[in-house]
Amino acid sequence: MDKMFFAYLVAMALVTYAIRMIPFTVMRTKIKSPYIRSFLFYVPYSVLGAMTFPYIFYATENVVTATLGTAVAFVLAYFNFSLLTVAICACAVAFVTGLIF
Amino acid sequence: MTKEKSQNSYLYGLGKGLPIGLGYLSVSFGFGITAVGMGIDPIGTILISLTNLTSAGQVAGIGIIAACGTIIEMILAQLIINIRYCLMGLALTQKLDASFTTIHRMITSFAITDEVFAVAAAERGLIGRRFMYGLITLPPVGWTFGTALGVFAGQILPESLCVALGLAIYSMFIAIIVPPAKADKGVLLAVLIASCMSCAFYYLPYLSGISTGFQIIICAVAASAVMAFVAPKDGEED
Repeated sequence: MDKMFFAYLVAMALVTYAIRMIPFTVMRTKIKSPYIRSFLFYVPYSVLGAMTFPYIFYATENVVTATLGTAVAFVLAYFNFSLLTVAICACAVAFVTGLIF
Repeated sequence: MTKEKSQNSYLYGLGKGLPIGLGYLSVSFGFGITAVGMGIDPIGTILISLTNLTSAGQVAGIGIIAACGTIIEMILAQLIINIRYCLMGLALTQKLDASFTTIHRMITSFAITDEVFAVAAAERGLIGRRFMYGLITLPPVGWTFGTALGVFAGQILPESLCVALGLAIYSMFIAIIVPPAKADKGVLLAVLIASCMSCAFYYLPYLSGISTGFQIIICAVAASAVMAFVAPKDGEED
């Protein structure tokens, strides 16, 4: 590790931390605007939707096993199984089908 | 203002953070392998995970380091890719109870990741700092430990198992999204719009040239803006 690496590391870490820390620490009032409140209500779901699709189908380097795992995750999630149960079962299905396909 | 119920149990938060930490284990495992493959110092790779705790930003970061990019380029890339945390942090402040004084905000904000945010935001009512500390205990451990495993012991797990574990983090997202989408048409629509846009960015020429971090911002902002207009959620906390 040389000096340049540390410069990169510090730049990465500081920028990432500042982006997280400043709004979280500074914002003290309740947002009144119904539109902004609604917007913020939808943000987490939109972010997760955008991060999951289509990437989930390529997560195992095999579209078939990933799709089967995704299908199992959907069914279990629909019946409100816990995050850990859903994740383990989806991976297990992808692993087992990966031995076949 | 009526007193709202606040979730403030450390152990409850710890339990909610466990699947996130486990999910990170597999994702950061892959990051460790990728980084060392690109010629990044093994200890340096672990330090990156320990201090950054973000997947997209780190992957872009090691790309810039490997290509000997400038510090300005690094700063801009991290700003653009991680700007969503600014939005998430802002959204989360609306759910904090009075136990979140400045110092606790400064400490816990370090670990606001997509998944930590999603789980905290999905909590009914307000959240207390003990819950937040519980929630953020295991994700950094899983993230850093997984990176170390990827760096040093990439050989101990068979390839077939490694690739299957790649599904962990995404299936966890599914588990977070589906129950509220089932109960609320607005949430369902927001997810559908964002997902369809994201697919368009991924598959269409020109659009796919936009960085992943930017793609997520555009999809999330557009879907949320549309749904806030079509199906407002004013007043109620949930």
